[in-house]
Amino acid sequence: MSRRARPWAMPVTVLAALLLGVLPLPAAVQPLRPFWLALVAAYWLIEEPERAGLGFAFLCGLVADLVFGSVLGEHALRLVVMAFILQRFRAQLRFFPVTQQALVIGGLLLNDRVVAAALHLFLGLKQLPWPYWIAPVVGMLLWPPLFVVLDALRLGRRTR
Amino acid sequence: MSSFSSPAAPRPGDVAGTLRLLAYLALAVALIVLDHRGGWLHRVRTGVQVAVQPLWQLAGLPARIGRKMRDDAATRAMLAEDNRRLRNELLVLGARQARLQVEADENARLRALLGAARRHSLDVQLAPILDIDLDPTRQRLVLDAGSRDGVQVGQSVIDAGGLLGQIIQVTPDTATVLLLTDLEHAVPVTVSRTGVRLVAYGIGRSDRLELRNIPVSADVKEGDVVVTSGLGGRFPPGFPVGTVVALRPDVSRAFLVGELVPAAQLDRGRDVLLLREVREPAVRAGTDDGGEPAPPGPPGDAGAPAGGQEARP
Repeated sequence: MSRRARPWAMPVTVLAALLLGVLPLPAAVQPLRPFWLALVAAYWLIEEPERAGLGFAFLCGLVADLVFGSVLGEHALRLVVMAFILQRFRAQLRFFPVTQQALVIGGLLLNDRVVAAALHLFLGLKQLPWPYWIAPVVGMLLWPPLFVVLDALRLGRRTR
Repeated sequence: MSSFSSPAAPRPGDVAGTLRLLAYLALAVALIVLDHRGGWLHRVRTGVQVAVQPLWQLAGLPARIGRKMRDDAATRAMLAEDNRRLRNELLVLGARQARLQVEADENARLRALLGAARRHSLDVQLAPILDIDLDPTRQRLVLDAGSRDGVQVGQSVIDAGGLLGQIIQVTPDTATVLLLTDLEHAVPVTVSRTGVRLVAYGIGRSDRLELRNIPVSADVKEGDVVVTSGLGGRFPPGFPVGTVVALRPDVSRAFLVGELVPAAQLDRGRDVLLLREVREPAVRAGTDDGGEPAPPGPPGDAGAPAGGQEARP
């Protein structure tokens, strides 16, 4: 459990995820952009629960709202909801094979879309067009490689 | 092991977790309401936004590098071709400009005869767009120019096509533009052919605007060009906003709804123009005019500013 983890890995990956969130994409691919920040936050919630909890998710969300230019608190709320569900199922999730984990993450991302849609409905904001609902699937497919990359970043070169 | 036990009796840790969840949710909802409804957080937001700028600059970097590489890789032949095309365009535009100058002079003479107020002169400033993708549900742009370059909140933003939007937030190095097409945006417009006054609303799509509450009797047709009317004083008059492409009755069937295609090119990777209006002295002069005749007129002092405004048109 207590393998030497790099303390800088968490802020660096979160910043990278924020950056990937605003990086310009061609208009055709834009709806497919996965919710990078949610994926990275999910990783830290699963792997380092003593450092990353609800407060971590909330802070990430607040910064995301500033960076993405959305209503302040929107991403914070979405990530806190996701973090709470993850914390509840963390004990089981940790020992799932990575493909099964990906399915759960996909479900969480879909749930996140539903939360966002409900929030927008409630606030009278514009709803996203339907192609944006494909993004959770992209996120799900990205989970296994992302997990490997983040593990390598967190623990260094050597394999477990 | 304990996590696989029956969930009948919640452990104290779970209760605390749920309470913390509720606390964070309440905080988030409070923030959302404050930001969305009240706009009270605006100042705080502008302040904190400064911290986010480096990230924006970094995210805009790939596009900037790409553009630079494309420029660098351009061959001599391409440059020569570009040069030739631009020179031709300049020639055509110059000729058109010369003809328009005649019209403008004539217009000014006629206006003088009518005693109408002179149009304010406009000063523009070029600002590059910072190429990043913001929240797709909101129509915003970030400019790579801020208060250090003299950008101010409320300035109109145009491009070669027409009106693009207005500045809503300024930090030292960046400025946020609320596009015409944002759900929260509306512009007072007039149909340039007939002078019918309407309001163009954004509907959150980058390729459409909407004209609402058009009286059925109003003379508006498909293909009409719609320009800013200058009412409300936020946007200067006469800038193209869009072209009417469709008209249909609204829900009540008492009015028409018109669909507009925006005149401005709302795609990214270009420069935009910020209008800097030299209007301040004129407004002050207007209120002074309204103030001077007020003392002789016995009716209450509350009428003075209103009178001053009415005297304008």
